[in-house]
Amino acid sequence: MAKKSALLQGNEACAHGAIYAGCTFFGGYPITPSSEIAEVMSKLLPKVGGKFIQMEDEIGAMAAIIGASLCGHKVLDATSGPGMSLKQELMGYACIAEVPCVIVNVMRGGPSTGMPTGPSQSDVMQAKWGTHGDHAAIAVAPASCQEIFSETVRAFNLAETYRMPVQILVDEIIAHMREKIVFPEPGELEVVSRRKPEVGPDQYKPFDPSFGDVPPLAAMGSDYRFHVTGLNKAPDGFPTTKAELVDAEERRQIRKVNDHAAAIEKNEEYLMDDAEVAIVAFGISSRSARMAVDILRGEGVKAGLFRPITIWPFPEKRVAEIGRQVKAIVVPEMNLGQLIHAVERSTKGSCILDGVGRVDGEPLTPDQIMDKVKEVL
Amino acid sequence: MTFDYEKYIRPGKLPHIWCPGCGHGIVMKGLIRAIDKCGLQKNRTAIVSGIGCASRLPGYVDFNTVHTAHGRAAAFATGMKMADPDMTVICTGGDGDGVAIGGNHFIHACRRNIDLTYVIMNNHIYGMTGGQFSPCTPTDAFASTTPYGNPDPIFDISKLAIGAGATFVARTTAYHATQIDKLITEGIKHKGMAVIEVLDCCPTSYGRRNKFRSVVEMMKQHKDIAVPVTAAAKMSEEQLAGKILTGVLHKENKPEYCEQYAKLINKVQNPTSK
Repeated sequence: MAKKSALLQGNEACAHGAIYAGCTFFGGYPITPSSEIAEVMSKLLPKVGGKFIQMEDEIGAMAAIIGASLCGHKVLDATSGPGMSLKQELMGYACIAEVPCVIVNVMRGGPSTGMPTGPSQSDVMQAKWGTHGDHAAIAVAPASCQEIFSETVRAFNLAETYRMPVQILVDEIIAHMREKIVFPEPGELEVVSRRKPEVGPDQYKPFDPSFGDVPPLAAMGSDYRFHVTGLNKAPDGFPTTKAELVDAEERRQIRKVNDHAAAIEKNEEYLMDDAEVAIVAFGISSRSARMAVDILRGEGVKAGLFRPITIWPFPEKRVAEIGRQVKAIVVPEMNLGQLIHAVERSTKGSCILDGVGRVDGEPLTPDQIMDKVKEVL
Repeated sequence: MTFDYEKYIRPGKLPHIWCPGCGHGIVMKGLIRAIDKCGLQKNRTAIVSGIGCASRLPGYVDFNTVHTAHGRAAAFATGMKMADPDMTVICTGGDGDGVAIGGNHFIHACRRNIDLTYVIMNNHIYGMTGGQFSPCTPTDAFASTTPYGNPDPIFDISKLAIGAGATFVARTTAYHATQIDKLITEGIKHKGMAVIEVLDCCPTSYGRRNKFRSVVEMMKQHKDIAVPVTAAAKMSEEQLAGKILTGVLHKENKPEYCEQYAKLINKVQNPTSK
């Protein structure tokens, strides 16, 4: 039997992916160009017995999903630049309190109100360093409507596995573009839920490192009761200023991502085997880049595309290898140079590196990318 | 028989951070007595706070406790209550936390009439940060950021809650210790958003700057200005000048948010049933 398919907008695909992943709670606040995610969730969640709440502001939405996640739900929030800026306060809370949650940022022009209906890829660094304090970050960046669906499922899996906020970075173009989606059958894509405590309530500590770098998380309201705070805390969850405990907790929370970078990373490579010039691009820009590669190949230029699908943690090892293989790397992105910093940090000067940026609300064209490739060669 | 508070206090978490003379401990004891009276199960009760002296309360008591970010208690609690409507969710916090930085969440929790009990300790000051004025610092009073007297008018928290749609609103003071647990008990039992404002004293950050020579004097002032709503009904406007009303200020029955959402789910899942 043929699988069910539909013509869906990227934002709609995201909502359907969330339901597939087992999301049962959405908290949000209207903002262009992400609002369709909230709209579809408000329609789908009651059907599966889930809860949708439109909160009074972006911070409240983030607070509500963290609260619901602590009670055992898989949770989603969706926003765009100005909203993402507001959420940074509680992104930090979700990091330190280690609460699984998924946040979609449909990137639009900025800073500030910027261009609400114009696409952008300018929140790359915010996704890594937006909230204050030292913290790990996971962000995925799909490039098609089908991939938005599957990456939303993966974002939930990563949030649940590593007990932390995971961001889905989408640009306004794929968020509003319509493409055919083939719905995976139940069980076709892996769906992961958070690890539950293996000890009784008397022994349970919500941040107990003896259970590994990602300690199990009980649901509030179950047989386990515990304390959560945004303060630096000891393994039992209560605040501490003891230097060795603070240090150990901080390091564990960074390590849980860094030590599993290989499992979190996901990349796509196109004609990279013999490439002499690599284009490193994500999201919508990677689609222009792929076309540029095809045209360049036709002209006899050995070009290849490296597309990080997980952009944080950045695939440093693989990009370092590519830097040693090729003469040059070109990074096209819809900002004036953000992902290129991660590429530079990985390649450490081993090849020519240049970027091509665009911030006028229009997508990068294959021509612009090809021109840059020819310039650096 | 004396009340056994130990049953609800987390072992090893005292002493608390509150200064001598602070009323937060009186409120905490009142809250514990109210929870006991209501017969709540520890595992099925959550206490959620923001940031500040009063917001440290959850760390001391043996329930599901969430010490959130500044002002966000009501929003976290809304998510928790929606997620698990049968769990009792109580917010605790101060005036600045609740109605300044958290004002938006506070009024919208009231508007939704979600079944939370919000115990707000109004000590008229940001105590933890060293005594800056809050939206509840009386006009002309002194704070570390009003060295010439406070030019701002105040928020009346209870009136704000009533205006925003809370369906149970009560007020008392830290002096009226026995009334605290009575009102919180009634608030917990009430189906819908319950706000219990407790006028509290901060001798360290407010009292010293405002010429209160002792904690007793501060509490006595609360005692003197408190007028039960029942008594106020028989008093003239002149007699009520400078007074604050205590007791249950507002109570009504309106649809509760989680119940409304449960009906919505039922309607969506069973489109033909009525």
